[in-house]
Amino acid sequence: MKISIERGALLRAVSQAQSVVERRNTIPILANVLIEAEGNTVSFRATDLDIEVVDKTTAMVDRAGATTVSAVTLHEIVRKLPDGALVQLTDDSATGRLVVQAGRSKFELATLPQEDFPVMASSEYTANFGVKAPVLRRLFDKAKFAISTEETRYYLNGIYMHVATGEEGPVLRCVATDGHRLARIDAPLPEDAANMPGVIVPRKTVNELRKLLDDDDAQIAVSVSETKVRFATPEMTLTSKVIDGTFPDYTRVIPQGNTRRLEVDAAEFARAVDRVATVSQERSRAVKLSLDEDRLILSVNAPDTGAAEEELAVAYSDEVLEIGFNAKYLLEIASQVDRENAVFLFNSSGDPALMREGSDMSAVYVVMPMRV
Amino acid sequence: MPALCRDCLATFTTGPRCPKCGGRRVVEHAELFSLSIAHMDCDAFYASVEKRDNPALRDLPVIVGGGRRGVVSTACYIARIHGVRSAMPMFQALKLCPDAVVVPPRMQAYAEVSRAIRAMMDELTPMVQPLSLDEAFLDLTGTERLHGAPPAVVLAGLIRRMQTELGIGGSIGLSHNKFLAKIASDLDKPRGFSVIGAGETAAFLRGKPVRLIWGVGEAAQVALERAGIRSFDDLLRWDIKDLTARFGRLGDRLWHLARGQDHRAVTAHEPVKSISNETTFAEDTGDADLLDGHIWRLAEKVADRAKARDLAGRTVTLKIKRADFRLLTRRTSLREPSQMADTIYRTARGLFDAEAGRGPFRLIGVGLSDLCAANMADRTPDLLDPAAASRAAAERAADKIRARFGPDAIIKGRALR
Repeated sequence: MKISIERGALLRAVSQAQSVVERRNTIPILANVLIEAEGNTVSFRATDLDIEVVDKTTAMVDRAGATTVSAVTLHEIVRKLPDGALVQLTDDSATGRLVVQAGRSKFELATLPQEDFPVMASSEYTANFGVKAPVLRRLFDKAKFAISTEETRYYLNGIYMHVATGEEGPVLRCVATDGHRLARIDAPLPEDAANMPGVIVPRKTVNELRKLLDDDDAQIAVSVSETKVRFATPEMTLTSKVIDGTFPDYTRVIPQGNTRRLEVDAAEFARAVDRVATVSQERSRAVKLSLDEDRLILSVNAPDTGAAEEELAVAYSDEVLEIGFNAKYLLEIASQVDRENAVFLFNSSGDPALMREGSDMSAVYVVMPMRV
Repeated sequence: MPALCRDCLATFTTGPRCPKCGGRRVVEHAELFSLSIAHMDCDAFYASVEKRDNPALRDLPVIVGGGRRGVVSTACYIARIHGVRSAMPMFQALKLCPDAVVVPPRMQAYAEVSRAIRAMMDELTPMVQPLSLDEAFLDLTGTERLHGAPPAVVLAGLIRRMQTELGIGGSIGLSHNKFLAKIASDLDKPRGFSVIGAGETAAFLRGKPVRLIWGVGEAAQVALERAGIRSFDDLLRWDIKDLTARFGRLGDRLWHLARGQDHRAVTAHEPVKSISNETTFAEDTGDADLLDGHIWRLAEKVADRAKARDLAGRTVTLKIKRADFRLLTRRTSLREPSQMADTIYRTARGLFDAEAGRGPFRLIGVGLSDLCAANMADRTPDLLDPAAASRAAAERAADKIRARFGPDAIIKGRALR
């Protein structure tokens, strides 16, 4: 194999590869990226056995071939090369090394045979549809914060992507929850997606997927089966196993009868929460919300360290209410709001609260109160 | 040389006999009245309590320990003559000393005596650091004017009082730091009183093995031996930088200890870092129901202890020893601290299901760590587990019933397995 490739294209491909490979590996080849050159394209493939990414890019291929080298090392090298450099990758079969050359720099990397590289078994996808990148980006970005890290409830360690019925008909819906908060985000159901099975997309896949979604004009080809999910652009393909488990019935968790309505400027609210929480040194900092006629008092009382209070003008016309929340949870849901005011719906101080943006029902959040 | 009679507490200048009472239990040392860091260690504590409570045992070899495959907790000095040692398997102990009377431990009785001793020590100084039921460090620095006597006299008085009021013997190690005090108390047990002064520290440590250091266990010994370190003399040859580079913080500590330096203070109230309980089965078992019952009972014990101290924890640990003695420890963090048996049980059970694999097992343990105050705990209910709130209410109600009518007044069916 002998190829010449522009540093920028190479960097993009190997940075995706090195973020997929596991840092600590008992199987050496899993630390490697498989480089395959043919025609005028080069593909870079990396896997951790749960996720596989393939990045295709054009290059000058002098001699077709394939080999594998350490993804992390190759990434480090390419990262340190000057911008705009032309990089030559030459597979030296005599020494079993890959020679990386750019300008006056030359590196030789140990390789492992390409035959040993595990290729993910292909799947029979039951649904194939296209979505614009910004739509997927919104679905995943807004739900991500609520993914659980709890190992015992492993089925919460991802985003549940499925078809549901929203306010205005069928939707593609993403739900994540850790039992303390929940995010439910809807997008209009894409054509051909109706028979998609519901799948739990693992956290790592969600993070890797994000890199495919930066280009606003990109059309993402999504394929779903019971066990796998695939997201593809012409350059990059991300295939992932899905979490083998049943996502809990989240619909029962979303409060329907909350009537006490608070409307507040989300950014102002978040800044105030952040300010009053400063006095508390606990890990889970509790903020008390005291609601009265068009007035919200945020307060923190930490006996060991101090107390803080801040008043906000808000729209509220229901009965007086005092309710406590983890400051971090409030900040996280408030930061999801980007266009209109945040609307909170409360029931009592012991019941979950619902939050949405204005009257937009396509993104709703539920947060559990905290005893204060 | 300053001297002290341990029987009548008289102080005098020198001599093998007390000029006042004629007793021969005399301690003599150049620094006797200037040293103030002590380690008190009861002599064969559990066995002594048993002998005190049952005088018929007084002249018999007594071993406290038990269970079908138990080990020796404590052997009295008569049993020790036959070679019986703590942590020795019971069958082996009985081979060495077939006449021994084996008594099952009565932890509550020992705890009671321990509390009485603790109260006596607390009268002498606020700086008492208990290491277990039967030993403690005492810092008597600056108490001479208060007591009208130097620390050595006060300590001899403590041992005399323990003997007369509680019937328990103890040994004292007196020195200028904790490390040496702890070594000293072991030098002339039972009923010992040993002094290691600053002037003789270097000479004392010469040639002594590093395993004397409390906290240097077998693993550390192997690591040290690999570096050619067996005795304090070997340590003296090392540069502090090399020692720290190789052994980290232990290296730094070893360098100082080799020079008889130990700057750790006697800390009166060491905060509790974790709460755990474990049980060794009478017979190895892989029975899922039985194990589930054990996990519940252990979780409940841990929760009870946490509740009693107004503590909660963020980390739940499961410990399992397989029949082949392989030990497995798994831990997981809770999203928020808890002190509820239900939460600890569910979490430990989850770890067990995920990690334990198939039995048979020999031992199982449950622990709670990363502790905080109870008012930080269990504050956010779980959206996905609405029944948790009623389970928690049931647990609180059961706690009240047990507090009033005794620990067995109400138990879960699960606990009967």
